[in-house]
Amino acid sequence: MSEATAHHDAHAAPTGFVRRYLFSMDHKVIGIQYWILALVAVFIGMALSFLMRLQIAYPDTPFAFLEALFPKGAEGGQLTPEFYLSMVTMHGTIMVFFVLTTAPQGGFGNWGLPIQIGARDMAFPFLNMMSFWVTFLAFVAIIIALFFAGGAPLGGWTGYPPLSALGPEAGPGQGWGMTWWIISIALFCVASLIGSLNFIVTTLVLRCKGMTLMRMPLTCWGWFTTAILSLLSFPVLLGAGVLLLLDRHAGTSFFLPSNLVVGGKPVDHSGGSPILFQHLFWFFGHPEVYIAILPGMGAVSQIIATCARKPIFGYRAMVYAIFAIGGLGFFVWGHHMFISGMNPYTAVAFSVLTLTIGVPSAVKTINWLGTIWGGKIRFNTPMLFSLGFVSVFVSGGLGGIFLGQSSVDLFLHDTYFVVGHFHLTMGVSAIFGIFAGTYYWFPKMFGRMMHEGMGKAHFFISLIGVYLIFIPMHTIGMGGAPRRYYDSTSFKYLEDIISMNSMITWAAFITIGAQAIFVVNLIWTMLAGKKASDNPWEATTLEWICATPPVHLNFDEDPVVHHGPYEYSVPGAEKDYIMQTDPPSAVPAGTPAQH
Amino acid sequence: MSETETNVETTTSLWGGGVTPYKGISHIKLGMWLFIISDALTFSALLFGYAYLRNASPNWPDPFKFFPSILVSTLMTFCLLTSSLTMVLAVHHSQHGDRAKAFKWILATMLGGMAFLVLHANEWRELIHHGMTTFSNPWGDSMFGATFFTITGLHMTHVLSGVIYLGVVAWRLERRKTFDDEVEVAGLYWHFVDLVWMFVFPLLYLMSVDMGGN
Ligand code: HEM
Ligand SMILES: [Cu+2]
Repeated sequence: MSEATAHHDAHAAPTGFVRRYLFSMDHKVIGIQYWILALVAVFIGMALSFLMRLQIAYPDTPFAFLEALFPKGAEGGQLTPEFYLSMVTMHGTIMVFFVLTTAPQGGFGNWGLPIQIGARDMAFPFLNMMSFWVTFLAFVAIIIALFFAGGAPLGGWTGYPPLSALGPEAGPGQGWGMTWWIISIALFCVASLIGSLNFIVTTLVLRCKGMTLMRMPLTCWGWFTTAILSLLSFPVLLGAGVLLLLDRHAGTSFFLPSNLVVGGKPVDHSGGSPILFQHLFWFFGHPEVYIAILPGMGAVSQIIATCARKPIFGYRAMVYAIFAIGGLGFFVWGHHMFISGMNPYTAVAFSVLTLTIGVPSAVKTINWLGTIWGGKIRFNTPMLFSLGFVSVFVSGGLGGIFLGQSSVDLFLHDTYFVVGHFHLTMGVSAIFGIFAGTYYWFPKMFGRMMHEGMGKAHFFISLIGVYLIFIPMHTIGMGGAPRRYYDSTSFKYLEDIISMNSMITWAAFITIGAQAIFVVNLIWTMLAGKKASDNPWEATTLEWICATPPVHLNFDEDPVVHHGPYEYSVPGAEKDYIMQTDPPSAVPAGTPAQH
Repeated sequence: MSETETNVETTTSLWGGGVTPYKGISHIKLGMWLFIISDALTFSALLFGYAYLRNASPNWPDPFKFFPSILVSTLMTFCLLTSSLTMVLAVHHSQHGDRAKAFKWILATMLGGMAFLVLHANEWRELIHHGMTTFSNPWGDSMFGATFFTITGLHMTHVLSGVIYLGVVAWRLERRKTFDDEVEVAGLYWHFVDLVWMFVFPLLYLMSVDMGGN
């Protein structure tokens, strides 16, 4: 065997529960571990959003169950402002890091990348195992922060100083709760460094014979590019996190300005700058939104081509667009800081660069539409969630065109317009990508088909629900409703939005409730779902030639690839799809090139 | 341009799959390169912070006298540069299969690293003795101490990890347990740590020299 794959012989199929399912080095098991972690996290995050929405719609109504659950945070059945803020913080942090960064890349990426490029495993199976367990530790740390006696931190998922750098005197939750929050984020940075390094090396050196770069499924391009973004952005966040910890515990003042007064008392720090933190944070933060979304874009491209029975429209354009989005993503962080005070010329530069990202995003959208155009579309659940992804991503993206202009952003910044925008573009899109991937790969991961009827019900209620939640948020944001605020009914000028806020809350309750359908579907499928055939979607990529579920080391013999990933409906071919491993003769001689 | 590779017979080119496109570069070495890129960005974040704060400060101090600060830090630089040289020799011998010599040169490298650490620790001790802490110093902006200790501290941690890492490699070399280019990969890390110092030395020391002005 070539040297690239030789080391795999080192790890034979493990026996015993612990080595097999807990400390496994098999990329498929690790992928599923990540996926389960994200599943747990998303329900915690969702529960928090339920409480927030309850508070927003009924700020003056006491609820006995709240007091029973949180004797301190909801004394008398009503949430305190600090408690609301700590929920905003925890909801955002858990969702961004432990759901959107964990499931698409750590989960599906780990499970799918090696198989789809025809490798036996990741390049560094041991590091792979480590990256999961460090992520797990980070998750434990965030849960500790959530339940820490002094209260969970209030700084928002962005953890801005000075608040986050001060310590207990800055309010409840700013003591050890905040420190644990930072520890969690730092651990997460380390885990993603290990993970992304592994993804990049694997993609570069472990592709099987015939798997040229331009024959890789777009999913692999998504994971590969995401890994590059992680490798380059998380270390900067790590740096910021270390400095923040030092500010809190070593007396430095990196992010604490001179002459700061907190609670009437002057603070014993001087010489630092909170804006410095914003630069470091958003240098990571903007690429992070692409880390969340690119794997979803890859999965959606894959599913749309498969279910439209057509080659993806403009494969190369799709690849270049992924790279363009990823690359430009490093030069736009300033659009989060228009209001922090910056030279207007700098703002113009950041504006223009930001709007430029619209171009590759539009290329992707048009190519998705081009792919379904005239296709023989199969409207199964993975396809529905993929189309939902495109719809929601575009709807949310339109708001970005407003926010990207510095002059408009001055008005919209820190309003609900932003909340509506990022939930649609990054939150819901990525979640829809995760759902699409789950319904699509579940048969291969666990050997059973998820229930279609429940899947469709889940999709339609969720789709309508998220639109009813997040589009009106744009409207109330334009009306001036502030973000991260626990009771906007107390403002005269916001009286008109109260009814809309309760409507949003009820839409949120229904949407959250609809996720029960998904849970029931998962459990039902695991117990009684229909056995899946090896290739239920009649797809072309390599995971579908594997056993169901795939064996340890994936393939019985090393696959050899002869075709691109999207050879659907090739004129004159026997079937309407050609597996990547089918012999070259599967394409009739003289057939014009596709995609 | 032909948009598809469908009918192209499976290529045997470097990027055709089934072989690593980087001849002679193991995946472990590739991994080390990626780690270095990532780690370099963490250092960049700190150095960016330093530049940002220093530029914004009205009274950034220049307290380092030629003696002892600059002389000692030059000596430290010399230690690291020498250790890079010995590392090159270690790699050279390991590539030519001379285990014993490679082992010796790795020990020499570790010695250079340890000398650096001892000098550095002593320097920290002196500075602390003169009243420099992470939150104050006798000369000016308190952030001088904060940036100095943070950046050199992170670098020192890297050197320390490097010495331990080299120790492990030497031990494995002795027991004939190393993989093909293990010494070379360790060398990459070591050179990187030295390279970081080549930024730290001018930016933190030379730019803080007391030129005798006010
Ligand atoms: C059922 C679905 C969801 C509902 C009802 C919901 C609701 C909310 C609410 C009410 C807030 C607080 C707004 C404020 O007071 O400023 C919020 C903030 C946030 N949400 Fe969600 N959310 C949902 C799903 C998600 C998802 C999937 C993500 C993943 C990206 C997400 C990420 C965030 C973030 C990053 C924040 C900002 C936290 C901060 O300001 O620091 N949410 N969400
Ligand atoms: Cu951004």
